[in-house]
Amino acid sequence: MADEEDELPEETELSYDQKKEIAKWFLLNAPAGEINYVAKDLKAVLSDEEVYNEAAMEAFPVYNKSHMICLEMPTGAGDVIISSYSEITENEYLDPRTAQVAIVDHVKQICTKVRPANDEELPSLYIEEYRYALDAEIQRYVSESYPKGMSAVNCVKGKDTEGPGSNFEFVVIITAMRLSPQNFCNGSWRSVWNIDFQDESQVLDIKGKLQVGAHYFEEGNVELDAKKDFQDSTIFQSADDCAIAIANIIRHHETEYLAALEVAYSKLPDNTFKDLRRKLPVTRTLFPWQNTLQFSLTREVEKELGLGKWKMKKISVAGNRTRVSWVKARYPNRWTTTDMMLE
Amino acid sequence: MEAALGLLRRMPPKQSETALSALLSLIPQHSSDLLSQVDLPLQVLRDIESGKDFILCEYNRDADSYRSPWSNKYLPPLDDALYPSSELRKLEVEANDIFAIYRDQYYEGGISSVYMWEDDNEGFVACFLIKKDGSKSGHGRRGCLEEGAWDAIHVIQVGPEEEEMAQYCLTSTIMLSLATDDESSGKFGLSGSIRRQMKMELAVAEGHLCNMGRMIEELEGKLRNSLDQVYFGKTREMVCTLRPPAEIVQMRLPDT
Repeated sequence: MADEEDELPEETELSYDQKKEIAKWFLLNAPAGEINYVAKDLKAVLSDEEVYNEAAMEAFPVYNKSHMICLEMPTGAGDVIISSYSEITENEYLDPRTAQVAIVDHVKQICTKVRPANDEELPSLYIEEYRYALDAEIQRYVSESYPKGMSAVNCVKGKDTEGPGSNFEFVVIITAMRLSPQNFCNGSWRSVWNIDFQDESQVLDIKGKLQVGAHYFEEGNVELDAKKDFQDSTIFQSADDCAIAIANIIRHHETEYLAALEVAYSKLPDNTFKDLRRKLPVTRTLFPWQNTLQFSLTREVEKELGLGKWKMKKISVAGNRTRVSWVKARYPNRWTTTDMMLE
Repeated sequence: MEAALGLLRRMPPKQSETALSALLSLIPQHSSDLLSQVDLPLQVLRDIESGKDFILCEYNRDADSYRSPWSNKYLPPLDDALYPSSELRKLEVEANDIFAIYRDQYYEGGISSVYMWEDDNEGFVACFLIKKDGSKSGHGRRGCLEEGAWDAIHVIQVGPEEEEMAQYCLTSTIMLSLATDDESSGKFGLSGSIRRQMKMELAVAEGHLCNMGRMIEELEGKLRNSLDQVYFGKTREMVCTLRPPAEIVQMRLPDT
């Protein structure tokens, strides 16, 4: 697109690092499932392969982990969830269910290889008994409640505990993503539940963090951003009983949360949104533009007279053409292009 | 430029200012294009002389000063500044008064400003702005919102009068961000922006202000409606697709 003569003061050229930081900012702020579209546009804007590559190398791993993306493992062993809880090295992620380690390419968002996890990477038999039982219950819950949900249970603390007498901690991850770029709509659901098994008090401390996002951008850009923290507890029992209790607690909170979101949505039109702008004026009738003289009663006499004169006089500014509009001169496209480009 | 707009369409609406300034520094050669096609949240300044707030935008800016619609003075003062003709200024004064009443009836609070200027094809351009803080601490009558920002920008180009008729071209942008925070639903935030255009040819018998006002009222209502029904509705649908409410799951179970 041709540019108008630039009126802005001369910009100092951005440094390499500044450009890279900006590039990373765009990548990290990509909505769920849209980082590749952002990357494509960003490349075009930057037109600097080197900066882009370095920014991508740094931003993709962070994005992939925080969005907890799922990658298919080449062995046909299912998907692995990329998260900081399953991270062994920056490119290696443990899939606790299959006891395999996925080696991933963050920028391409693929899993290139898998290898069996070695003993140090896996929990003890005692811990695995609890982990396995919980994983099975969570899988059952996820398959019932999420049409396209994925889950994993990772041990993040005390994985080498051999028997009763020590504390350990699990993290349950549930993630569901729905991408519908042809309908300009994407969304993701992320749950992270920390289960702290406290041996001394024989209590399980449960903390949850739910995050739901949706992005709809057909001829606009609208985003839902909802999150909530939860806290609960249950008693330390056998592996199977713990698993059932924990899964029930998670199911309960997530179901309640979904219902609360529905309530929040239902309050929008007549309640929440009304605090920004009403559907109809307080008078409940359209604004009487044709009758604005009536308002002049409340205005100063001087203005009233001005308005009266104005109404009688034909409005024409056609004769006054000496001045060129500065705004239009400055922004010639304001009047021609209005919608953002669509793909 | 296309890629830049693509990026803006994907960045979180609440971050639009950061996104735009990032793009301006990456591609300064496209500054004027970007600024003409992207609207930013509105800023407000107090006109000490009249004791009223007014809205700042590109349309009342000259150099680093902004013209108050109330006193018609630039703040900070500026020599050689541009002003609308006295005739157009009269219409501007009237528009500001009437639009403030319109704003109060629809918004129950907020700030509005109207600016007008001559354009070079024998007509004029008017910009109607509304800024509302609907949060608890702002002008939210119902106290539902932790955060509630609404900016409406209506720019209307009025063509020259021909045989009692005139062409009107209105471009409206709404930017909003609302958030509630309560015990059951946690932090629930919706934000976004949309822009639409409306063109009409109308008889000027009732005056330009009447015509412009009706068009703005209609388009603003439509935009509010489509945000509510379409845009928020789509995000709600998405949530239900991700994790359908229990009754739907149960209905589907027998099939699987």
